[in-house]
Amino acid sequence: MPDIKQARAVLEARIVEGAGQAPPAQRRAAFNNAGVSEPLAAVIDKVARHAYRVTDGDIAAARASGLSEDQIFEMVICAAVGQATRQYDTAMAALEAAAGER
Amino acid sequence: MRLAVLDHGHSAGTKALFALIRLLSRQPVLEAVKLVKYRADFYGRPMQRVTQEAMRGPSAWPVGDRELMAAIVAQANACEWCTKAHAAVAQAAYRDQARVSAALGDLDTAAMAEPLRATLRMLRKLTREHAVDANDMRALLAAGVSRPQIEDALAVAFALNTMCRLADAFGFFVPGPQAFEAGAKYLLARGYR
Repeated sequence: MPDIKQARAVLEARIVEGAGQAPPAQRRAAFNNAGVSEPLAAVIDKVARHAYRVTDGDIAAARASGLSEDQIFEMVICAAVGQATRQYDTAMAALEAAAGER
Repeated sequence: MRLAVLDHGHSAGTKALFALIRLLSRQPVLEAVKLVKYRADFYGRPMQRVTQEAMRGPSAWPVGDRELMAAIVAQANACEWCTKAHAAVAQAAYRDQARVSAALGDLDTAAMAEPLRATLRMLRKLTREHAVDANDMRALLAAGVSRPQIEDALAVAFALNTMCRLADAFGFFVPGPQAFEAGAKYLLARGYR
């Protein structure tokens, strides 16, 4: 699947390293769900692990801490794509291991 | 929608497009459309290329099966918005509502081909547990699912595991069935471009 591989790489590079309002290091941290600065660390972890538990209050608190909506937009997107990427990579590695034996 | 920019922050041209969509479909603009159209160069356009490839690109899985996979992944994420959206597309693609309801109701007993069932089970596990292992993949290969088919199913899961997180984190408003049916008609005709 070279097409999806390339499209995923373009997406990751754009959201993490491309022009944005949140610092790229923080976007990378959100993508990795590791090393995110407070007050966003808890909500980024929720997005990654169980996004259905995110509440109005979580997003309102992030805004009240001084982050702009555009910064929150970027950080949440990085967290979502990052977790989906880890799931995908884990499953592809498992497939590689299983298919390699055949 | 928890971020006001996703409701009201679009360019004048995009706002005009939304007015046209409301006029022609007689339905509210779906929140997923508002999301991909906001600062589209950041997320919307690059993500739509991924989604189009996963959901409509060349694959041994028909579109209906891929939309059902999307609905199953959404259900495993407890994401009501994406479950309803993709169930509607799967129903339209299959021209069969009962088949999709049965699969979402009880994957173990619903009538379907065994390779598809085994694939849906793997996707559900990956989504709930964030991982699958080589044993899961051995079982899938033994059930007759080819390696390219597994890769294609994982691409669907990637797209949905991203979308569900955003729908839930940004607090997508869940509209009535007619809005999802209108969206499904569009997605079947035009894809995710």
